[in-house]
Amino acid sequence: MAGPMKMRATLASGYTDVRVLMTHPMETGQRKDPDGKLVPTHFIQTVTVKVNGRTVVEAETSQAISRNPVFTFRVKGGAKGDKVEVAWVDNTGDSNKTEATVA
Amino acid sequence: MNRLRRSLIGAAALLLARPLAALAAWNKAAFGAKSAAEALRSLGVAEATPSRDIVIDAPQIAENGAVVPVEIQSNLPGTTSLTVLVEKNPFPLNSRFTFLEGALPFVKLNVKMGETSEVRVLAQAGGRYYTASQEIKVTIGGCGG
Repeated sequence: MAGPMKMRATLASGYTDVRVLMTHPMETGQRKDPDGKLVPTHFIQTVTVKVNGRTVVEAETSQAISRNPVFTFRVKGGAKGDKVEVAWVDNTGDSNKTEATVA
Repeated sequence: MNRLRRSLIGAAALLLARPLAALAAWNKAAFGAKSAAEALRSLGVAEATPSRDIVIDAPQIAENGAVVPVEIQSNLPGTTSLTVLVEKNPFPLNSRFTFLEGALPFVKLNVKMGETSEVRVLAQAGGRYYTASQEIKVTIGGCGG
């Protein structure tokens, strides 16, 4: 079950700041539940950032990214109205994506 | 007969294609490595030159190991990827970012740290690897629970 995502893309001097929040438990597989059983790993493995449909950043991530991951990326240039899309896929095959317009 | 053969060939092709596709998306061997050296070997990094052009902006002391903000940036021209390793975590390789045309070699993220550790960043530029690291002291770990 993919939780909501939030994203903001803001124009800075010479680049666009892309800040994205993903809702995800990022279970490491080392934590135990109240019954003492290990909680199985559940974490985002790939993150892709696209601007106007073109991939600019591809990331591979481990379980050691904090819960509800927040990333900031920087894209060269950019203009108001550009479409930024961020998508993730986790180790269970679950995925989610969000889109924002540069403001 | 022919149909059976075709489906068998199809199944074999699927089996072959799957690990390849997984490899391209997520480097299982490198992320499953239990030491930083092993992870680097799996990534195909033979040697990395220390560089001052990799800027790591992170706290020296992190009160909560579950959320340690780390900002990294490479000023090396032609940087195509940044890799983060938390050397003393159970699985040191934390994340790897590939920057294609149009992105700046910059990323800010929150990492989990089990204990005080050296945080190493590798930058790939012009087919070579460069490295920088910073120690972050952790007062409460973020991996167990």
